[in-house]
Amino acid sequence: MSETLEKPAAPASGLNVVGTRPIRPDGADKVTGRAAYGADFNMPGQLVGKILRSPHAHARIVSIDTSKAKALPGVKAVITGADFPPFLADELIEGGEAASSMRDLAWNVMARAKVLYEGHAVAAVAAISNDIAEEALSRIVVKYETLPHVIDVEAAMAADAPLLHDHIFTAGVETKPDKPSNIAQRHRFARGDLAEGFAAADVIVEGRYTTKATHQGYIEPHACVCAWGEDGRCDVWASSQGAFMVRTYCAKVLGVEISDIRVTPAEIGGGFGGKTTVYLEPVALLLSRTSGFPVKMVMSREEVFRATGPTSGGVILVKLGAKSDGTIVAAEVELKYQAGAFPGSPVGPGAMTALACYDIPNFLITGWDVVTNTPKVAAYRAPGAPISAFGVESAVDELALKLGLDAIAIREKNAVKDGVKAAYGPTYRDIGYLETLAAIKDSDHWKTALKPGQGRGLAVGFWFNVGGESTAAVHLGEDGSAVVVTGSPDIGGSRASMAMMAAEILGLPVERVRPMVADTASIGYSMLTGGSRTTFATGMAVVQAAEKVVAELCARAAKLWDVPVTAVEWRNGQAVCLDAAKDAKPMSLATLAAQSARTGGPISAQVALNAQGAGPGFGVHLCDVEVDAETGAVSVVRYTAAQDVGRAIHPSYVEGQVQGGVAQGVGWALNEEYIFDANGKMENAGFLDYRMPVASDLPMIDAILVEVPNPRHPFGAKGVGEVPIVPPLAAVANAVRGAIGVRMPDLPLSPPKVLAAMDGKAG
Amino acid sequence: MAHVVVGSECWPFTGGASAFEVEGATVREVIASLDARFPGLGAFVDRKMAFAIDGEIHQDAWFSPVGADSEIYLIPKIGGG
Repeated sequence: MSETLEKPAAPASGLNVVGTRPIRPDGADKVTGRAAYGADFNMPGQLVGKILRSPHAHARIVSIDTSKAKALPGVKAVITGADFPPFLADELIEGGEAASSMRDLAWNVMARAKVLYEGHAVAAVAAISNDIAEEALSRIVVKYETLPHVIDVEAAMAADAPLLHDHIFTAGVETKPDKPSNIAQRHRFARGDLAEGFAAADVIVEGRYTTKATHQGYIEPHACVCAWGEDGRCDVWASSQGAFMVRTYCAKVLGVEISDIRVTPAEIGGGFGGKTTVYLEPVALLLSRTSGFPVKMVMSREEVFRATGPTSGGVILVKLGAKSDGTIVAAEVELKYQAGAFPGSPVGPGAMTALACYDIPNFLITGWDVVTNTPKVAAYRAPGAPISAFGVESAVDELALKLGLDAIAIREKNAVKDGVKAAYGPTYRDIGYLETLAAIKDSDHWKTALKPGQGRGLAVGFWFNVGGESTAAVHLGEDGSAVVVTGSPDIGGSRASMAMMAAEILGLPVERVRPMVADTASIGYSMLTGGSRTTFATGMAVVQAAEKVVAELCARAAKLWDVPVTAVEWRNGQAVCLDAAKDAKPMSLATLAAQSARTGGPISAQVALNAQGAGPGFGVHLCDVEVDAETGAVSVVRYTAAQDVGRAIHPSYVEGQVQGGVAQGVGWALNEEYIFDANGKMENAGFLDYRMPVASDLPMIDAILVEVPNPRHPFGAKGVGEVPIVPPLAAVANAVRGAIGVRMPDLPLSPPKVLAAMDGKAG
Repeated sequence: MAHVVVGSECWPFTGGASAFEVEGATVREVIASLDARFPGLGAFVDRKMAFAIDGEIHQDAWFSPVGADSEIYLIPKIGGG
């Protein structure tokens, strides 16, 4: 049992709700099966939508004959890329987390002239049954001209590599290239004099590390129901990380007005970044428009693997130079990330975070964004950061070994702190990295010696966290309850934190506050849930809306008491009259709400904002492993993760975020990988062959919450969902090195590879 | 004047220059000053870059204040999972 989970519910000083552990508001729905996920929604007369996907990793589409499919009784619509609006010139659209290429988004939803990965959509049908839809797909005849393909990132960078696009010219270099290439962009961050730094070093370590593409692995496959009305107004019911994102992307891909689409968010069964874009929704909408019926589409698990974004596989080159006392004086990091079929790998944030935990005077970080014949990558918790951290944290481990320093000492010596310039530029403020290192140093885990045969690894990680646009409304019921409405889908417990923050301000028990996630026509715009922004940004909107409600309650009480509003204070859910001459008894929220009709009408407030000033987070992870000498199987036997979380609104959820990130990171380190055959086809598109860790694979993950508040948030919250997946790759790999005495630079550390490494050492 | 530092993303507009002094009391005014000095950079920055003003990241926030001696790092806009 986790040390932190055993702590009794104890609010932070001066707070009644924030910092406690109430029962989660979505818990009953989820454990009773009442929660309605994307695939649970149905409409009368709906059709089944299915997609025909490319069997080739790279091919030119010569022709598509849909006539036999259209002739099949029960088929109501068949569409191909030719039915979508053309995007001859590119356009950037904003609607997700950053500006995206309109053309790339549209071409990923449905292929046009070429297919760029196995699983790329080439046609879609809508029919009255699943069987008929499947039969219709089999009757579509696509003639392909297969082309050479490229999966490996370094092979894709070669001058003679098969070219995916003829319009990509490497950006971010001094001189625009005269030939197209698979290298979409170079990112570069530098400081000081690298040569001088390495010349001053007493010790230098160098390493080449690799990671494989891994999937976010959400339990719920993508699903939606779309209805295109006769009046041109459309409804979408879908599971995603942002209903407004779905609305914008669908409108742009289909060339319709945003105002004509309403998106209703379903309960979401995991996203982790993978549901920050659209795949099915524009297709289902077009099928609905063509057929005149609502269309439901649900991906199979195989489709999820083959056609939705994993994260990048990467190559990380690291060179570190240090003085003999452990001071790192120079660092050179080069990152090469697969972007998949279209530009946009997370190599940018990978480069920005690579040295974010270290105060190094001389460094050069270079990142390459490279297109490959694999599904277009999508965000995955702290996008890009786990990959670069794997290389850097492995190299720091090597450096510590060479210098005879312990894993914490070398990181303390080079740690960033308030006032230090981050490697990506800004000066840090209000960060809790040293406190987080100290928490691990003080942990029982760190102080407990390993058993024979075990290995221990430590690694650190960083994520920026973000703010952004959010809208929240707080409505009081006449019974003294409250409803909190936001536009932020709840992927990690945000409904609980919204209710708790509102309850804190209103002075209500949290059970009297009902948090809701509204559709795009019922609440103002909110950016998608991602980047660990929701508790910070949407939470800020909730707090401000609740404060406006409290101000209105005080105004109503002032009217009733016939005193100026300045003579009323809100204390613990009651209006208190400060005018002693009135001899007025405090009035509760329930009393004031019950009289609201007579005192001015319903009491509610809405706040829309663009939150700035999100505070970055740091994590320090400690991992113990055992390695089976006969099979090479690695078992994680103890794991402790400390993280600066600002202020934990609901500590159990925060611990859950930490534990979930660690579990996914352990899978990335030990087993998970996309495996392709010689033709570029994925060979393990299912959970039996794509091995994610399950509960029985892992020990209890101890979470230590370090609270260094962010002064820009009303309760000091920082984002927490991204950081926990950054350190585990290296923490596990460093522990394996400790256990077997061999550095294994290529993930995943699957049993055959570990066994081979052990045999190589023995030989 | 604010001290602005840019990375490789902006070099095509600045001719490789990384740091300069710029007028402006808000993010929007700084963007205008950047565009006046390096034509095209303003629109690029507005779309693609976030402003780290004295260590605090501001994204899509035209009216965030900029001090006379502020240090501004332009960094790629940040999303997440």
